[in-house]
Amino acid sequence: MPLQGEYLGMSVAIPDVDRPNQEFYTHCGQGVLHLQSCVKCTLLRYPTTTACPWCAESEYVWTPVSGKGTLYSYGEVHHAIQPTFQQFTPYLILLVELDEQRDLPNRFDGLRINGNLADASGEMAKPELVATVGIGSRLRVVFKSIGDSMAIPLWTLDTEIKQEAPWRYPDN
Amino acid sequence: MNAEIDATSEKFLRGKYAIVGVGETPYTRGSGTTTRALGTYAVRRAIEDAGLRMDDIDGMLSYSGNDSIPSTAVAGDLGIRLNFYMDVMGGGSSTEALIGIAMGVIEAGMCKTVVIFRSMNGYSQIRIGGTGRGSGASNLSGDGLFGRAYGQSSAAQAFAQTFMRHMYDYGTTPEQIAHVKAIHSEHASNNPKAYYKHRVTVDDVLSSRMIVKPLHLLDCCVETDNATAIVVTRMDRARDCKHMPATILSVVGRCCKPRIDNHYQAGPISTVAGHYAKEILWPNAGVGPDDVDLTGSYDAFTFTTMLQLEDYGFCEKGDGGEYVSSGIMRLGGARPNNTSGGHLCEGYTHGMNMVIENVRQLRGEIDDSCPTDTNGKRQHTYDYSTGGCRQVRDPEITANLGWAMPGTGSALVMAKGER
Repeated sequence: MPLQGEYLGMSVAIPDVDRPNQEFYTHCGQGVLHLQSCVKCTLLRYPTTTACPWCAESEYVWTPVSGKGTLYSYGEVHHAIQPTFQQFTPYLILLVELDEQRDLPNRFDGLRINGNLADASGEMAKPELVATVGIGSRLRVVFKSIGDSMAIPLWTLDTEIKQEAPWRYPDN
Repeated sequence: MNAEIDATSEKFLRGKYAIVGVGETPYTRGSGTTTRALGTYAVRRAIEDAGLRMDDIDGMLSYSGNDSIPSTAVAGDLGIRLNFYMDVMGGGSSTEALIGIAMGVIEAGMCKTVVIFRSMNGYSQIRIGGTGRGSGASNLSGDGLFGRAYGQSSAAQAFAQTFMRHMYDYGTTPEQIAHVKAIHSEHASNNPKAYYKHRVTVDDVLSSRMIVKPLHLLDCCVETDNATAIVVTRMDRARDCKHMPATILSVVGRCCKPRIDNHYQAGPISTVAGHYAKEILWPNAGVGPDDVDLTGSYDAFTFTTMLQLEDYGFCEKGDGGEYVSSGIMRLGGARPNNTSGGHLCEGYTHGMNMVIENVRQLRGEIDDSCPTDTNGKRQHTYDYSTGGCRQVRDPEITANLGWAMPGTGSALVMAKGER
């Protein structure tokens, strides 16, 4: 049976033949971010792939990661294209660099995870929260259930540490 | 850069192929006709421009994003019997890539002369941002879960992270980048074909509404309905065509950054595919950036022009903001860019109009409003004020820098006449 669910009014369906994505979102449903780790070279990778981008090995194991990282870059959407996102503008499309595997296997490489800024409960962030986040912000993963034991990973400000002032687009 | 290039040795097919014909439809919003009719019109114009007959053409290539018609329809309508054709998926960066493929199939003896076209109702039917495709409630599955689930579906939403990181890494400012639109709008004001002919200022760009920060509305290109076409053939046939050939010195097709499945995982993300493509482009061309008289750096967004000029070596890495705001790209400057107004102003064709413009520049036959003599030849005034001339003085070498996305690019160097 394909895993099925719904997120923000969009239907989700991951067919059985797409085992890596079924496993990725099921791990999220259990509340811990896991990434594929190559059985040969041990490097982690994102997003899900069918072989290791560095050694072409196809076997992998799922490895839990800290779910913490630093905002590497972002876009701030004011004009939504998908109707469901119009209610959330301005919203952030984040590129979060995980603490694991920075500058590996090559300098400037990293595990850079897509996502939106959310509050601690996984709801899309309000404008007041959006205005506080920029490059350098420390973020942690949160999960929002999308049904069939799956969840989607989103990112929220890490409130357990003192945040440095991030870099933000210069507003006039 | 030039010191590293050996221009004395012949590389690959340098100088052996040429673009001999160019043609296009008007750039409109609401063509009122099909992509088949648009494509047929542009292809016929390009073949006639070359001084060739329909039966001189035996190869055809096109590209689309499932928003166009195949070569077989256009060839059939024009009575062209094909020895070779192929219709490929793709948008920006396809023009230069297909020029390389055309050279390859002719060299392989598969056909003799190839026409390449792009036909699209990019405003009135399928818009590139997704509008018109039913982007709303479709299933999230596979790759869509990593993009559309986060409200990331349009080009602006997919590229913003590259642009923002360049500002962070190098201190590039919104004002510097806005010059790209302002300058291209100056050029478009001298282009009777351009969809947007009015000049805008840096302030106009910065005060236009935000689409996806760092992109204001006027940092984004226009969407139009149009078809464009070019004719590629070998030099021995090019000599007999109507115009002086635009000789192909070098071509790069869809050159990629590492991890092209998700390029943000690799390298500095403020570096784009041109960083790799330039290592093929310049040595094969036998010239370097300093030898180029005008550029056609793809302007889907203001930032894409800047990033590519920088990574192809027209300035030091990180100095792109300074380069595009220095005035060098302006008509009358040392190296004008997109003299037609490009995608930001003339019309959106996924790159082909920028190649067409440079072919006409090399011929010295830019279609501006300058007066013509009794033979119909335009007498260029080189007065670049509004409504005036847009011919560059005696250009010898042009470079087109095509963009698919930050991780993929193509490029083309052309020269005036036979080398």
